[in-house]
Amino acid sequence: MYAQMVKSTGERPKTLDEMTPEERAFQQRVDADIKIEPKEWMPEGYRKTLVRQISQHAHSEIVGQLPEGNWITRAPTLDRKAILIAKVQDEAGHGLYLYCAAETLGVSRDEMTEQLLSGKAKYSSIFNYPTLTWADIGAIGWLVDGAAIMNQVQLQKCSYGPYSRAMIRICKEESFHQRQGYDIMMKLCAGTAEQKEMAQDALNRWWQPSLMMFGPSDKDSVHSAQSMAWKIKPMSNDELRQKFVDQTVPQAEYLGLKIPDPDLKWNEGKKGYDFGEIDWNEFYEVLRGNGPCNKERLDARRKAWDDGAWFRDGLMAHAQKAKARRLAAE
Amino acid sequence: MKNEWPLWEVFIRGQHGLAHRHFGSLHAPDAEMAIKNARDVYTRRNEGVSIWVVRASDIAASAPGEKEPLFDRSNSKIYRHPTFYDIPEEVGHM
Repeated sequence: MYAQMVKSTGERPKTLDEMTPEERAFQQRVDADIKIEPKEWMPEGYRKTLVRQISQHAHSEIVGQLPEGNWITRAPTLDRKAILIAKVQDEAGHGLYLYCAAETLGVSRDEMTEQLLSGKAKYSSIFNYPTLTWADIGAIGWLVDGAAIMNQVQLQKCSYGPYSRAMIRICKEESFHQRQGYDIMMKLCAGTAEQKEMAQDALNRWWQPSLMMFGPSDKDSVHSAQSMAWKIKPMSNDELRQKFVDQTVPQAEYLGLKIPDPDLKWNEGKKGYDFGEIDWNEFYEVLRGNGPCNKERLDARRKAWDDGAWFRDGLMAHAQKAKARRLAAE
Repeated sequence: MKNEWPLWEVFIRGQHGLAHRHFGSLHAPDAEMAIKNARDVYTRRNEGVSIWVVRASDIAASAPGEKEPLFDRSNSKIYRHPTFYDIPEEVGHM
């Protein structure tokens, strides 16, 4: 999702018999839905997997500001502009909640930043696509935030307390994001033929990348079993993707837009939609760094970090001097 | 990368009359900036009327391993709860 290819231990989960007494006590707490808190004992694999997942999630929130920030100066009205600024500011806040949650596991903020800027840590593939028209801002809110919410709602039940609490807060704030996106789409679809065409074009380009947000198909997802056993990830990639398609198709119909998938069909037997195979080749290429905007996004983050260095250092120097003066006065 | 801004814990009073509650944490160079940042990070939707910030390194906490010696003793002291005492109905509300 916002964390798509989180490496876990790479091994199948241990059975209760194979576990050490400590591991068994831990697993039994997880199974009983008792939240795990920062200073408590946890298996090293649990800690590492969580750090990867939460930091990837945080990086996605931060990088996710870039495609939308692209339209702040060009929003069609002052209202839309104020709303978009509020939304982008929320994404920054969500990134910060998540970094804090990861820090409770013993990784520092600077280490995480370093991993993002060096390309070692990943962020969601979705943010490596360009925002070409205003309708893309609508499509992102509707589809990308819609998919994000679907993922984050189940993550509220995550076994790790700080992550679960960050998710609860984020979900509360995020529903405005999806609604404002759909509101943009409704406006465009009720407008001129060109405006409606623009909305359709945005849907055409964002549909597949949105489905990819849920990560590889379950059969190729080698790390899922352990993450699910630890309740780091309550639902599987394919389950979430199916839920998203079922929720979104009627919303597209309401707008009078066509989902760009010739294989999309209602399946009465499973009470859900069948849909076409996703272009997994594209997905892996984007994750590998070869998407349309990977370079631009990382360059923007590096520039922001480098350009902000004097500010971070200056404030720190001021704080230290002020503290020394206070001590001298005592 | 060194010289990382220290971590602060943020406490917010949601409404007048309520206690400050832990909301989360953030990095800031000093207390003044920590309060400003807390305003932006944690109160974008009118969540509070007052903010406290404390350096995370200044908080002393009980160890998770001491949970039993610290808290289990009170389990058996049920006479500390009002429901322990049977008061006849004729006495009325007490």
